[in-house]
Amino acid sequence: MDLNLFWYLMIGVLLTGYAILDGFDLGVGTLHLFTRTDEERRLSMNSIGPVWDGNEVWLVTAGGALFAAFPHAYATAFSGFYLAFMLLLCALIFRAVALEFRSKRPSKGWRQSWDVAFFASSTLSALLFGVAVGNMIQGIPIGADKEYAGGFWNLLTPYPLLVGVFNVSMFAMHGSIYLYLKTEGELQERVRQWFYKAFAIFVVLYVVVSCVTVWRLPSATVNFREFPWLTGVVVLNVLAVANIPRAIYLGLPGRALVTSSLTIAALVLLFGVALFPNLIVSSMGPEYNLTAYNAASSQRTLWIMRNIAFIGLPFVLTYTVAIYWIFRGKVKLTPTSY
Amino acid sequence: MFADATMLARIQFGLTIAFHYLFPPLTIGLGVVMVMTEGAYIVTRDKLWEITAKYWTRLFAATFAMGVATGIVMEFQFGTNWSTYSRFVGDVFGSALAAEGVFAFFLESGFLAVLVFGWDRVSPAVHFLSTLMVSLGSMFSAVWIVVANSWQQTPAGYHVVRDGNGWRAEITDFWAMVFNPSSVPRLTHTLIGCFILGAFFVMSITAWYLLKKRHEEFARRSFKVALVFGAVASLAQLFVGHDHAKQVAATQPAKLAAYEGLYKTPEGGAPLSLIGWPNEKAQRLDYAVEIPGMLSFLVHGDTKTPVPGLDQFKPEDRPPVVVPFLAYHAMIALGMGFIGLSLLGLFLWWRGTLFQHRWLLWVYVFAVLGAYAANQLGWIAAEVGRQPWSVYGLLRTADSVSKSVKAGEILASIIMFTIVYALLFAVWIYVMNSKIQHGPDTDETHPDKTSLDGLMEAAGSLGGHRHSMTEVSDGKDS
Repeated sequence: MDLNLFWYLMIGVLLTGYAILDGFDLGVGTLHLFTRTDEERRLSMNSIGPVWDGNEVWLVTAGGALFAAFPHAYATAFSGFYLAFMLLLCALIFRAVALEFRSKRPSKGWRQSWDVAFFASSTLSALLFGVAVGNMIQGIPIGADKEYAGGFWNLLTPYPLLVGVFNVSMFAMHGSIYLYLKTEGELQERVRQWFYKAFAIFVVLYVVVSCVTVWRLPSATVNFREFPWLTGVVVLNVLAVANIPRAIYLGLPGRALVTSSLTIAALVLLFGVALFPNLIVSSMGPEYNLTAYNAASSQRTLWIMRNIAFIGLPFVLTYTVAIYWIFRGKVKLTPTSY
Repeated sequence: MFADATMLARIQFGLTIAFHYLFPPLTIGLGVVMVMTEGAYIVTRDKLWEITAKYWTRLFAATFAMGVATGIVMEFQFGTNWSTYSRFVGDVFGSALAAEGVFAFFLESGFLAVLVFGWDRVSPAVHFLSTLMVSLGSMFSAVWIVVANSWQQTPAGYHVVRDGNGWRAEITDFWAMVFNPSSVPRLTHTLIGCFILGAFFVMSITAWYLLKKRHEEFARRSFKVALVFGAVASLAQLFVGHDHAKQVAATQPAKLAAYEGLYKTPEGGAPLSLIGWPNEKAQRLDYAVEIPGMLSFLVHGDTKTPVPGLDQFKPEDRPPVVVPFLAYHAMIALGMGFIGLSLLGLFLWWRGTLFQHRWLLWVYVFAVLGAYAANQLGWIAAEVGRQPWSVYGLLRTADSVSKSVKAGEILASIIMFTIVYALLFAVWIYVMNSKIQHGPDTDETHPDKTSLDGLMEAAGSLGGHRHSMTEVSDGKDS
């Protein structure tokens, strides 16, 4: 495997980790306002309390890895999606602060404002990630100078918005399973109802997005014609989706969470396959695409970073597993809770 | 001036980095205090040490969250506002950033969960290990980001190659890049600056408790820990800072000339200006009080060797003087103040009268502002002094900005960040203040029980005890 391909896959792995892990805590945020009492809201926030910060680090590291491995893709995407990224930053800041500070004062107005901020910022983040993915598949205007030639509103065309809404529904579904796993009693029963609703919306949008992608964006399916075995991923993906409600019905939320994680992983993989070897598709002509080869750092840097990744990733996985293990079980409000 | 995209991008960077830098130095400094106090608890099993460690951890956690939230902005901003720079340095700079993510951020965020939420879930030894790891993690992130910054100041271990329509720097020697000439002096200087801030922060809050006669046993103990820590750090900074300045003289002479307000190369030895006001128009230092030959002595070890002034550099390569000169001199004056204050504290401690001088306790209450200012001023001097370059000698700041981003977009985001950060700052101050007012969980009751204030406070802290250590629960629950 050449180093460029390694880093293409590596960024895929980091984004998959991010989508699975931050996916459920963004989803919990989207569902946050459906809770009824103050105690339920604290339970909802504390279910992700010890882990959300670590989950966000996957995004930070994916961003750092993109900067290091494919500086042109990083520079073009981040400067091109300028206002979108600013909105995202704003949302992520508010989200962090809402979690941290919501329960610090008893006043009702204080808590309600932060509850709304937590909901809005989580949902906006999920939407923007989806919009970004939609634009990546659809292509954006990039010329020979590798610079984005459009404006903010060019990013908000129907297809990316559709993918954005789809992503919100997927994270809400994923988040409801996580909440189901972490809660008990009457709240858990209601979370189950939310799950079925979120799942229904997710399935409808899943079908719509798939159909639109196949019909309207032929470039996205080129790699599937070249490597027909990849359609196996699609089949497995559909089976995984079908297994989610089955696991919930059987009362196995852990298994449901694993399956919805696999669903997300499969979707990120399909997204990667649709793009490869491009990182950013130019709508002004395929010769302007930024690929894993023409946007990359030097071989030496890719090699150094691969060594850094090999040394560091075992530690990262160990911490991640250890934290989830230490904080396993139903969420309880304790003196150190939010 | 405000229609200029480069200027706007610089304003935005300055604004967001200065705001971000309110938090990491405090967490790095407080992290050491947490390790010391929790370590004391592990060794002595003294309840008061545990209470002390928990108290500083609470203030640490509220600050850490702010650092994370504002830090993401910094990582994204290289791409959003400085994409030409990102293309140029990605090959070199990116690996340091990636290493920071892999080695430091995961370490910090993972163990932070145990640190904050894990008091009852893990054994004291494992909790102490987490405290240690979070403290180390916060320093590791400083390592990598300072390495990246130092490479911009004193590039090494790279070559510049043609890349498409432009140029870029590529790594030739990773370790030469990591240990470029300014990495080690800058890193030690930065970390010690953080330690000083942590120490003076602890002294500020505990001095206030002592003045208000609250939590006195706790306050005296924490104050002494911080006083020793602050004294050691302030004295060490004298030597480390001097070493760093000598390195600047060797690697970035134009920057040193700006720091010292040295417009014209003097005949023979160069003087050290203690105070003065740079006059950019006349290219001289007004109202200067100088020690003849002293700058040459500090840089070269003898008073005769010349030090180049700004006139040795092409006009387009000269940094501005006013800001670096003032920031640098104010930082040094503050640093001397920290040494004086902490040595005075140690002396009075030895005489047994440390806590008897109310005026001095008030000075300690406000000295933390000086420590904050010194950390900010040091970076202002370092970054403005690097101008007009973003990568010293290789890439100009004006050539670093994003070509596809319009001035209006930057202005809009500056306005957004100003509003968001003003709000954030207010919330942070509010939360820190309520934690400080609430105090540590000592069993001491308020001495002023008869007054209404005392009763309210006692009631508030009772509610806090029943439900939570960090918050007063809402009326409905209680």
